[in-house]
Amino acid sequence: MAESWLLPVSGEDDGPFWEGARRGELCVQQCPATGRLLFPPRARSPWAPHLEPRWVGVSGRGSIWSFAVPHPPLLPPFAELAPYNVVVVALEEDPRVRLVGNLVSRPGGALNEVDPRSIEIGTRVRVRFERVSDAVHLPRWIADP
Amino acid sequence: MLRDRAAIVGIGETRFARRLEVSEKRLALEAILAALDDAGIAPSEVDGLASYTLESSDEVEIAKNLGLADVTFFSQVGWGGGAGPACVGQLAMAIATGQCRVGVAWRSRKRGSGGRPWAAAAPPPSVSGAWTRPFGLLRPADEIALLTRRYLHETGASREHLAHVAIAVRRMANRNPRAVMHDRTLSREEYLAARWISEPLCLFDNCLETDGALACVLVPAERARDCRQRPAYVHAFAQGLPRQSHAMVNYWCDDPLAGPSWACADLLYRHSEFQPADIPVAQLYDAFTPLVLLSLEGYRFCKRGEGAAFSEGGALELGGRLPVNTSGGGLSEAYVHGFNLINEGVRQMRGSSTSQVEGAGACLVSGGEGVPTSALILRR
Repeated sequence: MAESWLLPVSGEDDGPFWEGARRGELCVQQCPATGRLLFPPRARSPWAPHLEPRWVGVSGRGSIWSFAVPHPPLLPPFAELAPYNVVVVALEEDPRVRLVGNLVSRPGGALNEVDPRSIEIGTRVRVRFERVSDAVHLPRWIADP
Repeated sequence: MLRDRAAIVGIGETRFARRLEVSEKRLALEAILAALDDAGIAPSEVDGLASYTLESSDEVEIAKNLGLADVTFFSQVGWGGGAGPACVGQLAMAIATGQCRVGVAWRSRKRGSGGRPWAAAAPPPSVSGAWTRPFGLLRPADEIALLTRRYLHETGASREHLAHVAIAVRRMANRNPRAVMHDRTLSREEYLAARWISEPLCLFDNCLETDGALACVLVPAERARDCRQRPAYVHAFAQGLPRQSHAMVNYWCDDPLAGPSWACADLLYRHSEFQPADIPVAQLYDAFTPLVLLSLEGYRFCKRGEGAAFSEGGALELGGRLPVNTSGGGLSEAYVHGFNLINEGVRQMRGSSTSQVEGAGACLVSGGEGVPTSALILRR
């Protein structure tokens, strides 16, 4: 899984997301003028383009907005896991803020452990970070009944 | 306003196949020459060019090989399959404003034998890729599968509706000898039994992988009337990059199911005498079947959330309310970033399609839904 070319490359706008991830905290941007949460990170707030967004921690709770189950042909590290799930999670604080991730059955669990037939849109989930390298801790999601 | 001031008077294309031996450049040259021959216009008259930023054969190569005139307008449009109608629309604007007099648009691509872009070991860095690829969202099919699942959830539609698209378009291909799938029928049973690519998308929800090239020729309306082919006038044109949207992974705007076609359609219909009810045939970008349902909504052939219901009862087939992709589209004729949809729109205006909609006076041609896009309304 740790093929370096598949790991996120930290860009100029997203450092605090990955710093938060290393602490186990889900962080997103917030518009300083409107208070709206903002994701993915960017240099300016689209609702107040003269201002830089600020970073805030959120609860890490949300619900599944959609999901897909990829099958081969796939790139090597993922082909071995297929079929696995990819979910889009809408955050509790603002469902218009969505993160792509994976549903796992337990912290550190594999991407293919959850039976795809059991996944439902609307299921409540909670973030758990998985360390895949010193710099990169990826958000995963577990059911939050 | 652009309305009918330029027209497509020539179309040309190579053979389509999973593998063609010659290079993308030679395919481009062959398609452009075929389009000019169709128009009865010499290459030495061409002074305008437009293609995709992803096109490997650049303007200099085309001009020096074909002996073009001094080229006074050249343009490349970004975003892959979103670019096709914009190439034609930008050439039409250039012709209408006197920036060139004979324009050629083209696309040449060896997507069949040339490899899959998503499988490149070092993909171009993109902002959105950092938020998707580490989680195994690798291929366009995976990206669109997420939107499809949400669409089915919100509308109550099912895979049966995706099958309506795949089967309607395949039947068009079965009537078109140029289509890669001309000899291969597709039944509902075969569709439902097909292997998954990315649930809820199966094999037949995905476009073909094709080698081939296409081109078309535009001139001012005054000249078009004297050309050997019946002109297809560029009646209206628009591009659309909606607010806060992301290309392909459009999960981060307020309403991901109201995609780029919505922004594009507003301007398109403002500039058009033809409104959706007046349009009897459409070529809707079909890299994936659900994009057709989303485009039916975005281009206002039905209301939001009703694209799936619209597809019922053979509506998308010849004889239905809105036959789509009448040459077989990207799903069953050839996938060349949607350029075959443009040439087929021209055939419908000429009355020469192998799935001709009788008396069709206008045809909508759309670019990729899911990327910054573009669309045309062609008129007879």
